[in-house]
Amino acid sequence: MHPGAEPAESPLTPESWGKLGMWVFLAGDAMGFGTLLAGYGAMRYGSADWPSPYEHLGISLTAFMTFLLICSSVTMVKALEAIKAEKPDRVKLFLGLTILGGAMFLGLQAYEWTHLIQGGLKIFGNPWGASLFGTTFFIITGFHGMHVTGGVIYLSVILTVVSRSRNTARNYMLTEIAGLYWHFVDLVWIMVFTFIYLL
Amino acid sequence: MVATHTSPNYMTIFWWLSALTIIEVGVIFTPLAKLVIAILLISLALSKASLVAMYFMHLRFERRTLGLIALTPLLLATLLVFILVPDHSAVPHRTSDAVKVAPAAGHR
Repeated sequence: MHPGAEPAESPLTPESWGKLGMWVFLAGDAMGFGTLLAGYGAMRYGSADWPSPYEHLGISLTAFMTFLLICSSVTMVKALEAIKAEKPDRVKLFLGLTILGGAMFLGLQAYEWTHLIQGGLKIFGNPWGASLFGTTFFIITGFHGMHVTGGVIYLSVILTVVSRSRNTARNYMLTEIAGLYWHFVDLVWIMVFTFIYLL
Repeated sequence: MVATHTSPNYMTIFWWLSALTIIEVGVIFTPLAKLVIAILLISLALSKASLVAMYFMHLRFERRTLGLIALTPLLLATLLVFILVPDHSAVPHRTSDAVKVAPAAGHR
C-alpha cells in the first residue's frame, strides 16, 4: 500500500477520481493505437513490396513536428507550475503556447498530407509499392491528428475556464488532467514517428 | 490539495527528448543491419515514451495503481503482436526467394 494512504483506503482509492478516470481512458485509447500499430506491423511484414517509409515520406518535417510536440509538452508542464505559483498571466501564456504548438502541428500535418497526396500517395494506392502503405499511413497519422485536434479544443476550453476562476486547487487539477491527455498525444506521436516514418 | 511532489527539472527532460530524437534520425542512416536498426529505434522510442510518462505525466510520483493502468495497454499490445504472428505465414502475396507467388489482381 502507498505509504500516504489512510488505513480505511484501499490501494485502489485514487488521489483524484478525475485523474484516475483520465488514466483509464488513456489506457483504452492506447490500446486503440496499439492495435493500429500492431496491425500495421503485421501488414508490413506480410508484404513483399512495402516502400521504404523514410525515402518517400520525408522525415525532416516530421522530425520538426516531433520537436514541436515535445516543446508543447514542456509549455504544458510550465503552465501547471505557473498555477501552483499562482501566476495567472504565465498560466495563460503557457497554455496559449501549448495550444499554438498543437495548432502548428496540425497545420504542418495538413501541409505534409497535401504534399504527399500530390506526389501520388493515396489511401488506396501509391506509385511505389504495396497499396496498404498509403492506407495505414493515412489512418494512423489521421487518427493521431484527430487526437491533436481534440487536444487543441480541450486545452482551449481549459484555458477559458482557468482564466475565469481563482480556485487554484481546482484549476491545478483541471489543468493536470488535461495535461495528461496532451502528454499522451505527444507520447503516441513518438511511437507513430518511429514506426511509420523511421522503421 | 496542490501537488504533493517536488517538480522534476523539465528542461533536462526536454533536452534528453530532443537528443534522443536526433539520435533516432541519425540511426536510420547508419550502415547497421536492419534488425539492429529496428531494435535501436524501438528502444529509443520506448525510452522517450517512458521519459514523457514518468516525468511529464508524473507517473514516477504517483501511486503504483496508475502505473499498472498505464502498463496494461503496452502488455496487451505486445501480446497482440504475437497473436498476429501466425498470420504472417498465411499471407498469400508474400514472396521469397524459394516461392514466387504472383500478386493477386487488383492487389495494388
